[in-house]
Amino acid sequence: MSNAQNDYFQLFALPEQFNIDTKLLEANFRKIQSASHPDRFVSAGATEKLASMQLATLSNEAYSTLKNAARRAKYLLEKHGIDAVADTNTALPMDFLMQQMEWRELLEDAKAAKDIPAMDKLLSQLRAEAKALESELSELFDDKKDYAAATEVTRKLIFIDKVCSDIQQAIEYLD
Amino acid sequence: MALLQISEPGMSAAPHQHKLAVGIDLGTTNSLVATVRSGMSTVLQDDHGHALLPSVVRYAPDGSVIVGHEAQAQQSVDPTNTIVSVKRFMGRSINDITDRAHIPYKFVSANEDQAAKVLQIETRAGRKSPVEISAEILKSLKTRAEKSLGGELVGAVITVPAYFDDAQRQATKDAARLAGLNVLRLLNEPTAAAVAYGLDNAAEGNFVIYDLGGGTFDVSILHLSKGVFEVLATNGDSALGGDDFDHRIYCWVLDKVREVTANFAPLTEGDTRLLLTKARQAKEWLTENFEAQVLCRLSNGMLVDVTLSADQFVEITQHLVTKTMSPTRKAMRDANLTIEDITGVVMVGGATRMPHVRHAVEEYFKQEPLTNLDPDKVVALGAAIQANVLAGNKNDEDLLLLDVTPLSLGLETMGGLVEKVIHRNSTLPIARAQEFTTYKDGQTAMSIHVVQGERELVSDCRSLAQFVLRGIPPMAAGAARIRVTFTVDADGLLSVSAREQSTGVEARIEVKPSYGLTEDEITTMLKASFSSAEDDKKARMLAEARVSAGAIVSSVTAALAADGNLISEGEQNAIKTEVERLQTIAAKDDATAINQAVDALNHATEAFAAARMNASVSHALSGKAINSLEM
Repeated sequence: MSNAQNDYFQLFALPEQFNIDTKLLEANFRKIQSASHPDRFVSAGATEKLASMQLATLSNEAYSTLKNAARRAKYLLEKHGIDAVADTNTALPMDFLMQQMEWRELLEDAKAAKDIPAMDKLLSQLRAEAKALESELSELFDDKKDYAAATEVTRKLIFIDKVCSDIQQAIEYLD
Repeated sequence: MALLQISEPGMSAAPHQHKLAVGIDLGTTNSLVATVRSGMSTVLQDDHGHALLPSVVRYAPDGSVIVGHEAQAQQSVDPTNTIVSVKRFMGRSINDITDRAHIPYKFVSANEDQAAKVLQIETRAGRKSPVEISAEILKSLKTRAEKSLGGELVGAVITVPAYFDDAQRQATKDAARLAGLNVLRLLNEPTAAAVAYGLDNAAEGNFVIYDLGGGTFDVSILHLSKGVFEVLATNGDSALGGDDFDHRIYCWVLDKVREVTANFAPLTEGDTRLLLTKARQAKEWLTENFEAQVLCRLSNGMLVDVTLSADQFVEITQHLVTKTMSPTRKAMRDANLTIEDITGVVMVGGATRMPHVRHAVEEYFKQEPLTNLDPDKVVALGAAIQANVLAGNKNDEDLLLLDVTPLSLGLETMGGLVEKVIHRNSTLPIARAQEFTTYKDGQTAMSIHVVQGERELVSDCRSLAQFVLRGIPPMAAGAARIRVTFTVDADGLLSVSAREQSTGVEARIEVKPSYGLTEDEITTMLKASFSSAEDDKKARMLAEARVSAGAIVSSVTAALAADGNLISEGEQNAIKTEVERLQTIAAKDDATAINQAVDALNHATEAFAAARMNASVSHALSGKAINSLEM
C-alpha cells in the first residue's frame, strides 16, 4: 500500500482540513468500496483477495475516522505531531471541568431515577454543545491554523463524546 | 473444497457461460432456495410445487434421512428422531438451552472436558450435531436446485440472522461445507430482504427491516442510495421468534385443560409435539379469524378441545411483541435517526403476519409497514440476487452491500472485565489492533480470551476463543508490547492474532474461533460422504493442486499483460520466474510441492496486487471504468 493511500484525506481525495464536504466523503467512500470490496473478488486469487480485504478495511477505518468530528480533529492533530489524548495533555479550563462534573451528576441522578427522557434531554444538550465546538474547531484548524488552541477544543469534544456514549449505554441498560 | 472454489476466467471452458448460483434462506421453521433466471429472482419449487421446505429432519428406522414435509408429518409419531427448529441450537452449548423441559430431544454434550460444550442430539442414527442436521436441510435444497437448474452449482449465498454471533455464523458455514456447497458469502437476512425489496422498488432513503422469523428476531436500519445498501445499525434477539408464540398457546392450552381435569397425566414427547403443532395452526388461523379451536386426542385417549379468541391470543403474547421493540429502539439510537428520518418499514418473516405485530410496528414508526413482498420468500429472493452478482454473472457495479458486525468483540482484562476492540455496528470488513503488556517481571506467556457481547463483565458475554501466546522474551513488567489484532471478514467471521513486537523475537498465533466442528471433523465427514471411486485422497489432492496452480498462472499472466506497467521490469521478471517455476512443478506428481509453489507465487505477487487495487481505486475516484480489474 503506498503512503499516499494511507493518508485518510488523500484516500478520499479531500483537502486536509477540519471542515470537510461530508457528501463528497460519502460518495467517494462508496466509490472506493465499489472498487475494492471483497464481494468484487469472490472468485479471484488469494493475493487479490488479500489486497481487496486490506483496502476495504483501510477505507472503512478512514471513513469512520473522518466522519466523526472528534476523531477527525484528533487525526488532524496527529498529522501535526500532537497527541490530543496523551497523558501529558491534561490541561482543560476549570469552567469546562465544572461543566463536565455537572453533566456527570445529571447522568447519575437520571440513572438512579431510571429517567430515560432526562437522559435523552441531556444527550441533545450535549450534542448542541458539540456542534458549537465543531464550528470553533473549523476556525482554529482551517483559518487560524492555531493547533495549540485546537488541541484544547478537541479534548473538550472527546470528553463530550465520551459522556454521550456513557449516556447511550445507560439508556440501553435501562431499555 | 478447493475444486469448487476456482472459477477464474481463462480457466473455465466457457468464461461467459451463466454460472449456476443460488441464494438459500436456512430458516428456523422453513427453508428456501432461489436463483436468478432471465434476470428475475425466483424461488425454486420441489416436485410437488412446494416452495417452502419445512426445516425438519427425521432419522428414519431404515437408516434413511428424510427432510421436509414428510418428516414434518412424522414429528408427533417419532418426536425424538425428528428434529425441528434445529437452527435454535446452532453454535450453542448445552447450557444455552434453558427451556430443555419443553423440547423432546435427548441433548448430550459433545466434549465434556472443553469449556465450550458443543451440544449434540441423541438419535437412532447416533449423536448428531446441529451442524450435521442443518447440512441435511441444505443438501436437500442443493439437490432441488441442481435438478431444477440442470447442472452443478458454482456456489451459494446462505443467509443468517443479522444478530447471529460468531459461533452461530461459523456453524452455519460448516453446515454448508458439509452439504458440499461452496459458500460465496454469508449474508444477513434483513440485508437480503432489503436487496429484494430495494431493487424491486428502486427505493432510496432510510429503511427499517423488521424481521421476525420462526426462531430469531432481527431489526436492521439501512441507507439505500443508488444501489448501495449501507447497514447503519442492526440489533435483535437470536432466541425470539414465532416458535415462542406457539409455545405461549401451548402453555395456555395446558392451563385450560388442567382447570377442568383434576388428574392430568404427564405428556409424552409425542403429545408435546402434537400440541405444539396444533398451537402453531391456531396461531396461523388467528391471523384472519376471531377465534381458533384446538382439538386433538392425546396418547392416553384424552380429548383436548379448547377455543382461543384473538383477544386472548394478543393478551398472552403481547409481552413477546413488546420484547421486539427494545432492540428496535436500540438500532434507531445506534443509527442516530429519529422516526421522521425513516422512509419505509419492511416486514420480513412469517411471524410478521400476526396483526398485533404489525400494529405494534405501525404504532412505533407512525407509518404503515410495507408488506408487498411475500415475507416468507423475500430473504431467499435477495440472497439469490447477491449470489448472482458474486458468481460473476452480472457485472453489476451498482449493487454493493455494506454490512456491519452486530455485536461488539473484545478481550478479557484484569478483574474479568471486557475491553472492547471492535464495537458493534462497525462496517465490514474491519481490522483493529490493541496493545497489551505483561504485568509480571519475566512473564513469557499471556492468556488471551476473546469474547462477544455488549456487557462489561466477561461472564455476561459469549466466550469465543481462548488461547495462549507463548515465547514472549522475559523482560520487566510492562515492557513487552503485545499487539492483538481482530479481523472480521465480509462474512462477519472473526480471526484473532497476537504478537510480541518490542523485540525482534516474534511470537505469533492465529485463532479462528470454532464452536461447530473442527477442521479435521469436517474433512473426515466429507471424505466419508465421497463415493469409493473418488476416495483416492492422493489423486484428489493432486488434482486440486493442479487446478489451483492453473488458475493462478492464468490470472497472474492476464494481470501482467494488462497492468504490468504498474511495477518495475525487475518486479515483473521476478513474478514471471515464479510462474515458470510453478508450471514446471505442476507437470510433476507432487501435490505438496505444487501447493508450496502456488504459495510462493501468491507471495511474489502481493505488492503487484496491492498496486492494481490502488490503481483501480484511483480509477473509481476519477470516474473512469476499471477495465484493468476485469481479467
